[in-house]
Amino acid sequence: MPKRIVSGIQNIGHRVIESVWRLGVASRFFMLVLFKSGTSVRRFNLVIRELYFTGVLSLIIIVVSGLFVGMVLGLQGYETLQKYGSESAVGTLVALSLVRELGPVVAALLFASRAGSAITAEIGLMKATEQLSAMSMMAVDPVARVVAPRFWSGVISMPLLAAIFSVMGVFGGYLVTVVFIGVDEGSFWSQMQDSVDFRFDIMNGFIKSCYFGVAVTAIAVFEGYDAPPTAEGVSGATTRTVVTSSLAILGLDFILTAFMFRGVS
Amino acid sequence: MQRTTMDLWVGLFVVMGIAALMILSLKVGNLNVYNPSHSYVLSGNFENIGGLKVRAPVKSAGVVVGRVTDIQFSTQTYDAVVTMSMDSRFLFPKDTFASILTSGLLGEQYIGLAAGGDEVKLKDGDKIMKTNSAMVLEELIGRFLFNKASEDDSSL
Repeated sequence: MPKRIVSGIQNIGHRVIESVWRLGVASRFFMLVLFKSGTSVRRFNLVIRELYFTGVLSLIIIVVSGLFVGMVLGLQGYETLQKYGSESAVGTLVALSLVRELGPVVAALLFASRAGSAITAEIGLMKATEQLSAMSMMAVDPVARVVAPRFWSGVISMPLLAAIFSVMGVFGGYLVTVVFIGVDEGSFWSQMQDSVDFRFDIMNGFIKSCYFGVAVTAIAVFEGYDAPPTAEGVSGATTRTVVTSSLAILGLDFILTAFMFRGVS
Repeated sequence: MQRTTMDLWVGLFVVMGIAALMILSLKVGNLNVYNPSHSYVLSGNFENIGGLKVRAPVKSAGVVVGRVTDIQFSTQTYDAVVTMSMDSRFLFPKDTFASILTSGLLGEQYIGLAAGGDEVKLKDGDKIMKTNSAMVLEELIGRFLFNKASEDDSSL
C-alpha cells in the first residue's frame, strides 16, 4: 500500500517537472524566435505571405461572428434595459462590452482556432516530412525562414482582427436596436460616445489584443516546432495549440483586466 | 496564388484593420469631443461629493468643458478636493459657481459650472471658491420628514 502512495506522489512530481521543463523550453524557443526575427524584417515578403493566410483568410469568420455577437448583445441588452426605461443606453452596453472584453477575447479565441491551429499543423507537418531538416542541411535556418514570419504575421494581424470584430459588433448592435427595434439613433451614438473613453477603453482593448496575438502565435509556433514527427503527433500538437492558447487567452485577459481597470469607475 | 493578388488582399486587410481602429476611436470613442492636450487645471472644495467619480464630465450649460481628474480628501478642511482638467478654449470668470449635479434621476453625477460676472478669469491652478455639494437622497428625505414633523407640531 505505501508503495502505491509513493508511486502516486512520484507521478505527480514527474508531471510537474515535465510541465515546468516544457514551459522553459517554450520560453527559450520564444526568445530564439525573437532573436532570429531579423530575416522577417529584411525579407518582409515572407511576412506578407503569412499575413494572407493568418489575417485575410480569418476575416470572414471574424466579420460574421462579430456581427452576430453584436446583434445578440443588442437584443439581450435591449430586453433588459427596456424594463428600466433606459433602452437608449444599449449603445453604451454594446460598445463597452465589445471594446473592453468581447472584441479582443472572442477574436483571439477565433484566431487561435482558425489561424493558430493552421500554423501548428503546417510547421508540424513540415517537420514530419523532414522539410525543416532539409532546410538546415541547405544552411537555411528554419526558425528564421519558417517560424519567425508566421509569428510576426500573427502578432500584426491579431490587433487588426480584434478592431474589425469590435466595429462589426457595434454595427450589428446598431442594426438590431436602431434599425429593427427602433431605438433613437441619436441617443444610441451619443450615449456610446459619452461613455467610451479613448485612453481607458479603446487603447486598453488594443493593448489586450496585442498581448493575445503574441501569446497565441507563440504557443502555435512552439507546438508546431515541438510536435513529434508523426501523424498522431501533429494532430495532438494542433489540439494542444487550441486548448492551451484558449486557456492562455482567458487567463491573460483576467490578469490584464485586473491591471487596467482597477480603480477606474 | 499570384504575388500581386496576395499583396492586394493583405493591403486591403491592413487598411480595413486601421480603418476599424479609426472608427473605434472617432465614432465609438470620444476622441474628437475632448482633447486633453490643451487644458488647464482647476480645483474646488466640496462638502460632499456624493457619487462623483474620477473622469466624470464637467459641464457648463450642458456642454462638456472638462473632466474630473482627481478626488482627494483634505485633512485641513475635512472636505473633498476635486481637481478638474478644463478645455483651454473655455475660460470662466473668477466667481464661477460649481455644483455637483445628477444627470437624470439615477444617472451619473457631474460638475455643473454656472458662470459669474467677474471680469477676472480663472487661471491654471486656481481654486473655485463657490461650491455646492451633491444632493444626497438620505439627507433630502431626512429634511423632508423633519419639515413634515414641525408642520404637524405647529398645527396642533
